[in-house]
Amino acid sequence: MDDLIAEFLAETTEALAELDTALVRFEREGGGGGDTLAGIFRMVHSVKGTCGFLGLARLEGIAHAAETLLGRYRDRELEVTSTGVTAVLVAIDAIRSIIQGLAETGSEPTGDDTALLAMLAEAARDATAPPPPPAAVATADAEPEPAPAPPAAAPAHPVTTGAAAGPDPVQAIRVSLGVLDDLMTLASELVLVRNQLLQVARGQENSPFTTPLQRLSRITTELQEGVMKTRMQPVSAAWNKLPRLVRDLAAELGKKIELELTGGETELDRQVMESIRDPLTHMVRNSADHGLEDPEVRRRAGKPEAGRISLAARQEGGRIVIALSDDGRGIDFARVRARALERGLATEAEIAAMRDQEVARFIFRPGFSTASGVTAVSGRGVGMDVVRTNIERIGGTVELESEPGRGTTLSLSIPLTLAIVSALVVQAGGERFAVPQAAVAELVRVGGTGAPVEWLDATPVLRLRGQLLPLVPLGPLLGLAPPPAAGPIDGFVAVLQTGGLRYGLLVDGIFDTEEVVVKPVAPILRDLSVFSGNTILGDGSVIMILDPAGIGRSTGAQSGTEPAAATLASAQRRDDAAQLLLFRIAGSATPVAVPLSLITRLELLQPERIENASGQLAVQYRERLMPLVPIGAWTPPEAGRAQPTLVFQDGVRAVGLLVEEILDVVEQQLSLRSSEGQPGFLGSAIIGDRATDVLDCAYWLKQGDPAWFERAGGPPPRVLVVEDSSFFRQLVVPSLVAAGYSVTACVDAAEALRHREEGLAVDVIVTDIEMPGMDGFGLLAALRRGGAWADIPVLALTGRQQPADAARGLAAGFTDYIQKFDRDRVLDALTRAIGERAA
Amino acid sequence: MMQSPQRAAAAEAAEHLLLTLTIAGRLCGIPVPRVRDVLANQAIARIPLAPPEVAGALNLRGRIVTALDLRHCLGLPPAEAGVTRMSVVVEQEGELYSLLADSVREVLNVPVEAREELPETLRGTWREHAVAVHRLQDELLIELDTDRLLAVGSRGTGEWRR
Repeated sequence: MDDLIAEFLAETTEALAELDTALVRFEREGGGGGDTLAGIFRMVHSVKGTCGFLGLARLEGIAHAAETLLGRYRDRELEVTSTGVTAVLVAIDAIRSIIQGLAETGSEPTGDDTALLAMLAEAARDATAPPPPPAAVATADAEPEPAPAPPAAAPAHPVTTGAAAGPDPVQAIRVSLGVLDDLMTLASELVLVRNQLLQVARGQENSPFTTPLQRLSRITTELQEGVMKTRMQPVSAAWNKLPRLVRDLAAELGKKIELELTGGETELDRQVMESIRDPLTHMVRNSADHGLEDPEVRRRAGKPEAGRISLAARQEGGRIVIALSDDGRGIDFARVRARALERGLATEAEIAAMRDQEVARFIFRPGFSTASGVTAVSGRGVGMDVVRTNIERIGGTVELESEPGRGTTLSLSIPLTLAIVSALVVQAGGERFAVPQAAVAELVRVGGTGAPVEWLDATPVLRLRGQLLPLVPLGPLLGLAPPPAAGPIDGFVAVLQTGGLRYGLLVDGIFDTEEVVVKPVAPILRDLSVFSGNTILGDGSVIMILDPAGIGRSTGAQSGTEPAAATLASAQRRDDAAQLLLFRIAGSATPVAVPLSLITRLELLQPERIENASGQLAVQYRERLMPLVPIGAWTPPEAGRAQPTLVFQDGVRAVGLLVEEILDVVEQQLSLRSSEGQPGFLGSAIIGDRATDVLDCAYWLKQGDPAWFERAGGPPPRVLVVEDSSFFRQLVVPSLVAAGYSVTACVDAAEALRHREEGLAVDVIVTDIEMPGMDGFGLLAALRRGGAWADIPVLALTGRQQPADAARGLAAGFTDYIQKFDRDRVLDALTRAIGERAA
Repeated sequence: MMQSPQRAAAAEAAEHLLLTLTIAGRLCGIPVPRVRDVLANQAIARIPLAPPEVAGALNLRGRIVTALDLRHCLGLPPAEAGVTRMSVVVEQEGELYSLLADSVREVLNVPVEAREELPETLRGTWREHAVAVHRLQDELLIELDTDRLLAVGSRGTGEWRR
């Protein structure tokens, strides 16, 4: 009996989730959708049948009454009315709450359904065709009608009617989550064993195990990926309650709302799914309540009466992006500014200097609300800060874009899975801990050769690019070391950025980053807020995973540490300023600079991991062999000293450049003096009063991987770059060359037009907007007026990225409008532009 | 205080199997159905800030198991450093825990006639964590209440997550 109830609960819960969506669709179709109705009827019918069989009297009564009403709709004896659909929805809610009670206690909770049954009976009677009312009531109460759908047939329903299962209903079976979790554990365990074997085999040359080990390794990886896949669910499972929610909200708020869902088939790990359900619901509520205007206001603004909320999910690399947009009134930035000023979050001057995008971030601050009144719908004491906290807890980000009068878009970017994260292993008080890489903004060496730790009373701080960063010494925090005494400290600082918090975690040592399988901590340890989980490392040891947000909260680091207005304003860099990584190469005292945007990651490699295969250095990196290129007079580091490495990655290709020491990240304008003689360097520049060499990435990457610049087949596409700033030319041109384009650069629009007259053939043009003489818009107009390049795609590169600018750019006819430093987006836009042209 | 399921079960069963182990020289027993595994000398990673009974976490074939030191649970002096401890792995609500004992002995089938209620005079921690005393041939066997032992977290005063 217990098994039967469990099975019944599982399938009914699934069926109920689909019912909500189906009913709202049904109501919108005005009862015309025969298939939809048939589906709904079948589901309710199946619930009723099974209940009768299991002796669940309350459930059976309600399901039966609902079925009677639906049956009359199906047979077209009744006009579908909103009241009727509401009655069915209420019935489904009642069924749901009984099911919940059943799941908790194992028996039907007691309750009085008379009012509900009367409501359903009323709706079933309320009609043009007059069926005898007493009959309807009698049917609802008495007629036993024993189980027409025996339980044996029931399991077929949720599977075959599963609209959420995607467009292609393949054969499927029901597997319990416990089994999947066990499989996942076994697969992770296999990965660990594989890693141990690989470590053993590495020391032995010409071992007969080499080949089978490689196969084992590959199969293990595939197995793990396969098991991960079984835990994936379509994202629609997280939003199948939204149509119902929106319908209820619309009724409650007196608005007309259309909900559009796209990309529901995009798959997510079930654990991630659970974490985004509530934030999504909250965001939709917020859009409906604050975002969309009343129908009257919309009509006056020349918009359709019905507001639109659209939710679109798509996969981008290892992440899922879910965008929620509405076509409502948009965010009143003036109001946000005023409120921020009122709350003392920034000074008037700072607020005035901020761009709208920066101002929008205030909305994610706790307790920040511009709503003048609290409504029943969204004034529930939770705000966007909760959404942000929840999303960031799982390593995601939230971004907001809004155009006054046109609407607001919130984009969530979340990892596909929580089960595996990249973590930085650190050491404190003799123990190792893992820090989620997503929270690590940068690593800084302190004391010794690095920056000194300073003391504000008894609080250690680090001066980092002109800002004071509070430090949290990890060892003392965890009770593994005594509190540090004021004075010099040697160690490393991991700058952690999470939510509104930014602080430096002071640790004794830093090891590798590892992909770790996250496991929840035991229930008896759940009240330790500094840990988010634990994991097993490649060497088989168990280590705890730190929760950066929890640590921040437990140390009270949030007060005053939010990079609020001051930081935001100072982060508003001048158009030509770039973030540059400064480092030192072996055998030279001159610092070297490289634009930070070109580097994918900084790694500290343990020297024993570096392999030397016939003069070519390499390292096993994320399941692949990554070539390493030493710069300068490099020698292997002493044992125990980590090798600082700049990792450049392009798709699956990666090359690591070995440097002597990483110095700093600076933000400044570069004026480059080119030097011909020195291969590997573009030239030199003065950075912070010091002559600094500027690295030619292309040169070094080619050393590591000669195929870096080759593209598969065909001549390279030709790009014309029009850019007056020599620095940007130096930045953009190498990255385009590195991506396999043939590039011609010119300094202004006049030179570009000269190239056209000379008959230069190009496939795409990338131009700056603000240039002396003719600007980007002028150039575009000149090109479009005729001539050889009249229909070539033209991309605008800009330092400013305001929605209004982008709109103006696109309106003027630019193919795309991109921010200068966003290398990936530039390359992406080029690929798209060329692809579209070829098509 | 609510009676734990184990106490109730122990009172009803005619006889039951106990895995015997020693803690600081005392002979104790844990019901065999609760035991999942017995391991020797595992590397245990410390868990900072955990309740004092928690000795750390260990890797049991890819599963992370939280280890409780029975000596600490029962208010006994800590074991000497470097001495081999035994892990008795038990399950509670799908979660595995390791109970660290000094040694593990045989499995005994304890007849119900040998079972005695706890003497009124038994000291605090023992009284709290024991279910019954069994009279063996030449010594006494204290049957431990695994649910009570594993209740350390619920007594914690730390802040709640979430």
